[in-house]
Amino acid sequence: MTTQTMSNQNDHTAGHADGHHEDHHDAGGTKVFGFWVYLMSDLVIFGTLFATYAVLSGGTAGGPSGQDIFELPFVLVETFLLLFSSFTFGMGVLSMNADNVGRVKAWLGVTFLLGAAFVGMELYEFHHLIAEGFGPDRSAFLTAFFTLVGTHGLHVTFGLIWILVMLIQVSTKGLNDMTRSRIMCLSLFWHFLDIVWICVFSFVYLMGVL
Amino acid sequence: MFGKLSLESIPYHEPIIMGTVAAIVLGAVLLIGGITYFKKWQYLWSEWITSVDHKKLGIMYFLVALVMLVRGFADAIMMRSQQALAAGGAEGFLPPHHYDQIFTAHGVIMIFFVAMPMVIGLMNLVVPLQIGARDVAFPFLNNLSFWLFAAGVVLVNLSLFIGEFAKTGWLAYAPLSGINYSPDVGVDYWIWALQISGIGTTLTGINFFVTILKMRTRGMTMFRMPIFTWTSLCANVLIIASFPILTATIAMLTLDRYFGMHFFTNDFGGNMMMYVNLIWAWGHPEVYILILPAFGVFSEVVATFSRKRLFGYTTMVWATVCITVLSFIVWLHHFFTMGAGANVNAFFGIATMIIAIPTGVKIFNWLFTMYRGSIQFTSPVLWTLGFIVTFTLGGMTGVMLAVPGANFVLHNTLFVIAHFHNVIIGGVVFGMMAGLTYWFPKAFGFTLDEKWGKRSFWCWIIGFYMAFMPLYVLSFFGASRRMQSYANADWQPMMIVAWVGAVIIMAGIACTVIQLYISVRDRKKHVDVTGDPWDARTFEWATSSPAPFYNFAHLPTVNSIDGFWEDKQKNGAEALLSHGPYEDIHMPKNTVAGPVMGILSIALGFALVWHIWWLAAVSGAGIFIAFLMRVFNDDIDYYVPAAEVERIEREHRERWVRRDELEHTNRVEVRA
Repeated sequence: MTTQTMSNQNDHTAGHADGHHEDHHDAGGTKVFGFWVYLMSDLVIFGTLFATYAVLSGGTAGGPSGQDIFELPFVLVETFLLLFSSFTFGMGVLSMNADNVGRVKAWLGVTFLLGAAFVGMELYEFHHLIAEGFGPDRSAFLTAFFTLVGTHGLHVTFGLIWILVMLIQVSTKGLNDMTRSRIMCLSLFWHFLDIVWICVFSFVYLMGVL
Repeated sequence: MFGKLSLESIPYHEPIIMGTVAAIVLGAVLLIGGITYFKKWQYLWSEWITSVDHKKLGIMYFLVALVMLVRGFADAIMMRSQQALAAGGAEGFLPPHHYDQIFTAHGVIMIFFVAMPMVIGLMNLVVPLQIGARDVAFPFLNNLSFWLFAAGVVLVNLSLFIGEFAKTGWLAYAPLSGINYSPDVGVDYWIWALQISGIGTTLTGINFFVTILKMRTRGMTMFRMPIFTWTSLCANVLIIASFPILTATIAMLTLDRYFGMHFFTNDFGGNMMMYVNLIWAWGHPEVYILILPAFGVFSEVVATFSRKRLFGYTTMVWATVCITVLSFIVWLHHFFTMGAGANVNAFFGIATMIIAIPTGVKIFNWLFTMYRGSIQFTSPVLWTLGFIVTFTLGGMTGVMLAVPGANFVLHNTLFVIAHFHNVIIGGVVFGMMAGLTYWFPKAFGFTLDEKWGKRSFWCWIIGFYMAFMPLYVLSFFGASRRMQSYANADWQPMMIVAWVGAVIIMAGIACTVIQLYISVRDRKKHVDVTGDPWDARTFEWATSSPAPFYNFAHLPTVNSIDGFWEDKQKNGAEALLSHGPYEDIHMPKNTVAGPVMGILSIALGFALVWHIWWLAAVSGAGIFIAFLMRVFNDDIDYYVPAAEVERIEREHRERWVRRDELEHTNRVEVRA
């Protein structure tokens, strides 16, 4: 999704002055809008998984229910890691608007660490559950749980890779129209995952323990 | 090393399959040999395979769709032949395990690899031209979408040679499609072919949605957009909102099959009816993804060839929007027999019937457009008239099926088969044939032969009625769908009539092939010098045929609905030509990443079907690296110099000035 650049206007402004604007449309704006649309389609995937979880959460087949396996304090730490990472990403975007490349990299780096810690904790949780015999093949409830939470975790992992790519690109290319719009899209992606996680935390963990 | 794959996976013992395989291999060898002999690989690679030009991608979609139509039809004629033979204890020539694969493959191919690429192909060819854009919003993604689709096509066809296809019906209902009841690779082929091409479709949906909303030319307000663009917009909204459900559902089935999970299993708390709900929550919008653009085609054709502005433009738009919304709240009518209860069934039954209202609005709009128009009975108009009659009939049987009480009787009978072929052939196929004939000159610069086009139409419509009316009748006697054989010999005469109908449809397909051949042969006779062979109303006709790669020398300015028509009324034939001074035009460069990712997706899908994990890892990593290389490539666009634009436009103008002379000499040449 991120690769689409109709124009890298910086390269062309010298030779091609105002006359062309009518043809260009706003390439960066189109890209960000397209990314919004992609996010909405991704949201449908999460919606499907949430609905599935709602249907299957009672299907414990004699295995554990949410109450038996969820550890809220642990998940709360995870949640705060992700919430803080959204904050640090926001700081990164502010730095980008202030044209401060160094700070952009620093904030992206902090965001990466927080996101990686989140994924690490999730992997630990999954590993712990599987080791106790409560893997995704144990019951329909666990199937739906692992798939919903795992899909979110997979998205965060892709977000981490994307952050690395942007760190490289900001280092080599600096802040131009292309890297700016990519950072904007990544920012949308990251906050989107945060919102999805808040739903996961509320519907899966909190309501599971209630 | 090779996972589940062994030499025994190749169906040597099936003469029908091996015959087909031999024919396909021979065809492929001839094709590859021909391309090599005529040294066309370089041309194919740089002009087509890596192209990001929406018009070329549209042509490629349509070409693949026509080839797959032949494959899907071969399945159809085998089914009709089998049912014509296997009556009263006879077994016919197809054993059950083969017959089941055939009806599955037929449905999958016709919907995903014929109807969808035709619709998406037309969108590609037409929408950017209609809204006055140079290309789509994301040209690289457009190329990638095509190659992901093509990867799905290859996987479906591979299942013919190596292993087998699903025996589950086209939607692979669980738990039949689960690992316990379908342990073979057939369902896995189904999964990966649909998953990979489905992701391509989602990307297309996003791409065209953004294109239509963001790339319209000056003055092209939403309510000045041609109806085909409107219906495409709504179809893309449906794609964006529904294809992710398919992606998620297939992924869940995959997890059940590959990791022993329990989404849709009988035991361990799984819920198989959830599969049916989810698949139809995608599946019902899907049928509107197919039919809405067909409605758009008919709207353009009717207005152009009646020489009138479309009757009720605004109501047409709102009817389309209504159908778009309603299509999401009717999915349960596919399984009233689930037993959701009277209230739930009543809701979905009534919601379904309500869809007939906006559809009826459309039918009347087309009729009133023709009323007092000076109609030219070209083959697109014939397809449209055939559609209006046939689709109305199919719509009525649809309303019958929407009555839950009647549905309990008709569920799973041939009535359902007859109904959806009634609307898909009468709606989508007729629409795509009309669209092919109508926009062919814009793609290739010459019109299609009318005589063979009309012959194709008559074969299709007569063949359709002969093939499917008997199925309506048989359904009242309890004939269920997907029968490999049946005990009641009284049904056989009707089955034979249906077979004859299928043969007539085959003649219709043959007419189209002949039509294409003759039109290419006589292309000088049918040449379109003006760019506007039908004296049409919308802006795709304001540029030369075939359209230059940059679409318009100057992007048009729109002042009203049918702006091009008004332009012609005001400025005469000069509306067809561009005027200097010209400017440099900004265009995207070709992409290698698209086809590379497509080819690697074939390897990935194949590896996952056969559990060849190392190959899956390698090809998956390859896709990721190809994508990264694209991300790190900044050299993706260029400027066409004004002088080049001027040269191309001057050529068009010169041809146009000499048009009488050109058309005259062409005629003489053809005669000689």
